[in-house]
Amino acid sequence: MGLRGRGVFALRQTDEPPADTVTQGLRIGVPYAMASFLLGLSFGVLARPVLGSVATIVMSAIVFAGSAQFAALAVLSAGGGALPAIVAGILLNLRFIPMGIAIASSLDHRAVGRAMRGQALVDASWALANRGDGRFDIQLLLGSTLAQYPAWVLGTIAGVLAGGAITDPRSLGLDAVFPAFFLALLVVELQRPGARLVSALAAVITLALIPVAPPGVPIIAAALAALAGLRR
Amino acid sequence: MSATVWITIAGLALSTAAIKAFGPVVFGGRELPRALARVIPMLAPALLTALVVTETVGGPGRSIVIDARSGGLVVAAIAIALRAPLIVVVVSAAAATALLRALG
Repeated sequence: MGLRGRGVFALRQTDEPPADTVTQGLRIGVPYAMASFLLGLSFGVLARPVLGSVATIVMSAIVFAGSAQFAALAVLSAGGGALPAIVAGILLNLRFIPMGIAIASSLDHRAVGRAMRGQALVDASWALANRGDGRFDIQLLLGSTLAQYPAWVLGTIAGVLAGGAITDPRSLGLDAVFPAFFLALLVVELQRPGARLVSALAAVITLALIPVAPPGVPIIAAALAALAGLRR
Repeated sequence: MSATVWITIAGLALSTAAIKAFGPVVFGGRELPRALARVIPMLAPALLTALVVTETVGGPGRSIVIDARSGGLVVAAIAIALRAPLIVVVVSAAAATALLRALG
């Protein structure tokens, strides 16, 4: 069940029973974990000269938010202080607020249990767990993140160790891994009715705001495009 | 420098955990209003589109640049259309981007 038929690019059907287990989430998460490894690798290579080996690995292990880590690293690399680095990371992380609100009604646990499960929010797992009817498969979300977390940390360690051999991950095109990864997730979502209009609106909002707003803000503003879902 | 690094890591770890917990804690355990049930599934295409756009054309200092990453994204789109596995999609995007940079 789940992503049957056409591999990772098939839309999950809402008429399927919501009984996805953590194990199934783990299995579905494996291809995304391989991409996480590559992203972690490029973070490790880029961060080691700026943060040092230990801090780079600790950051991936306890922050576990790729885009925020890259944003904070960019600030520190440019000689910025801790506060602007943290603010840059927070701006990139703000999308987890609408994402967290989206999964909230699928969580029937006490507040602490909900807070714990919220820590499993990462882009790929969240998109994979989207059932399309307003609810999310939380077990699938947890399993998929369980596959990606060790890959992200191990990728970072590999990047730190390989740092001497790879001077610039851009020469390996590793900065194209992120957009390609998100495009693969997006293509699945575009199969939902109304999603193409939402995507087009989001692209316009993002392009309009990139030149005028701090990094991260165009992404959170693009979430407003989801209101087009009310038209249906 | 070291203190700056560790303060950044601690600040990011705490703020990330708080941000990820916010929605589940504040909005959890409630019925979903009908209108919200139609908006929520559309958050994924909206946010993923924004991430694709910013990660492809976002340049230094709030600039928009068309560079080797755009070529890599085109190759990724072709690989997706050919139903290639995800790892092939991302590796071919990286390889195409690297090749375009090597060619200058």
